Amino acid sequence: MRQSYLKNVVTLNLNSDKCIGCGRCLEVCPHDVFVLESGKAELRDREACMECGACARNCSEEAVTVRAGVGCAYAIAIGMLRGTEPHCGE
Amino acid sequence: MRTPPWIVGEVAISGLRVPQVSTRWNQADILGSFKARWGWGRMRYAVEPGLYAVGRPTAASPVLVSANYKVSFDRLRKTLSGLDLWILVLDTKGINVWCAAGKGTFGTEELVGRIAQVGLADVVSGRILILPQLGAPGVAAHEVLERSGFRVVYGPVRAADIPEFLRAGQKATPAMRAVRFGLWDRLILTPVELAGVLKPALILLGILFGLTLVREGFVPFPILLGATAVKAIPFLGAILAGAFFTPLLLPFIPGRAFAWKGWLLGLAWTLLYLQGTNPLWPEGWKTALLYLLLLPPIASFLAMNFTGASTFTSLSGVVKEMKIALPLQIISAGLGILVLILTLGAAL
Ligand code: SF4
Ligand code: SF4
Repeated sequence: MRQSYLKNVVTLNLNSDKCIGCGRCLEVCPHDVFVLESGKAELRDREACMECGACARNCSEEAVTVRAGVGCAYAIAIGMLRGTEPHCGE
Repeated sequence: MRTPPWIVGEVAISGLRVPQVSTRWNQADILGSFKARWGWGRMRYAVEPGLYAVGRPTAASPVLVSANYKVSFDRLRKTLSGLDLWILVLDTKGINVWCAAGKGTFGTEELVGRIAQVGLADVVSGRILILPQLGAPGVAAHEVLERSGFRVVYGPVRAADIPEFLRAGQKATPAMRAVRFGLWDRLILTPVELAGVLKPALILLGILFGLTLVREGFVPFPILLGATAVKAIPFLGAILAGAFFTPLLLPFIPGRAFAWKGWLLGLAWTLLYLQGTNPLWPEGWKTALLYLLLLPPIASFLAMNFTGASTFTSLSGVVKEMKIALPLQIISAGLGILVLILTLGAAL
């Protein structure tokens, strides 16, 4: 079953001008966000993105950007307390 | 160091002696995996990083890369029976691949360093590494290629699909690429959620015991204990609603935000409880008010924590949800405590 989360919050962006259509982003995305259309990656389902950052990290052309991080309330709370980025603690 | 029982032999290759691992579990492995599910000593459950052999691999055999969280490593080796291959275990400080990739310990640096440290280029003739797909947030495949000469192929999300993936010529089907979050995936995560609330729950029991003591005076201990247990029921119900039933019923509860879903179930439980115990309710309105203010935010808060374990919540989404939900939870619970104080604990 496909489960969806809040709408209109995702920070994912794709710059088609830089994309060389290598397909790496399709390979790494756990939510099937990308498709390859006539030699370029395209966003098929942007809302499904969970901001894991795999696509951006593995795009050699830096065509994909996303604010990556763990979507975890506990980590965010620790981050708020310490005034840092979300942090899992240890 | 003592040799762990799951190392069953050695494979000699180009001057190296590589430990060979069993593809079966013994009792200690089963117990360890059970304990890890409940969050006992979860952080120290690690495998020594380095190169391992499965079966009788040769220089031409494939190389899998794994985190050194023992539960993941055990799950991996169990699916590999009958195969001949290498496993390169990275030092992720005993943390699973998904969390380690997020932190960067399952990352480009560690991978490139570990390849050099074990002398992988002398062991295998191929230049391909198979990484778990969930490690991709930490590893930049093009940088690994540039720095080590090894090409990264991302394998399936689940270890159980690896034999199939290898048979298909290292091709993952779309089903192997997708993370699932079915009933079973959610159920198996709830013990850790419940173990996480154990300490606050015990503190709560202590407070309830204290309140009962103040109210009842020095009655015999068993009676005191019994009275405390009765008072604890609504709270335990709220904890279960947030930390167990919300994760379990997630897709069936209306709405999107986890805090909202938890609040709904908490409210449902509160109404159910009041209906069952407080039928005299115009008079019992103080009790009703107390529980309606106090219980749903508890369930809501615990449900919100489950966002960390879910596989489809984004950071931006959780930040947004928390900014709205957390103040509301605090206000509601605060008002509940105010009612408690104003009635001198009589509403409980
Ligand atoms: S990884 Fe980058 S370059 Fe390759 S297809 Fe995706 S966006 Fe295009
Ligand atoms: S951040 Fe993760 S989930 Fe989002 S598009 Fe990239 S790979 Fe997919």
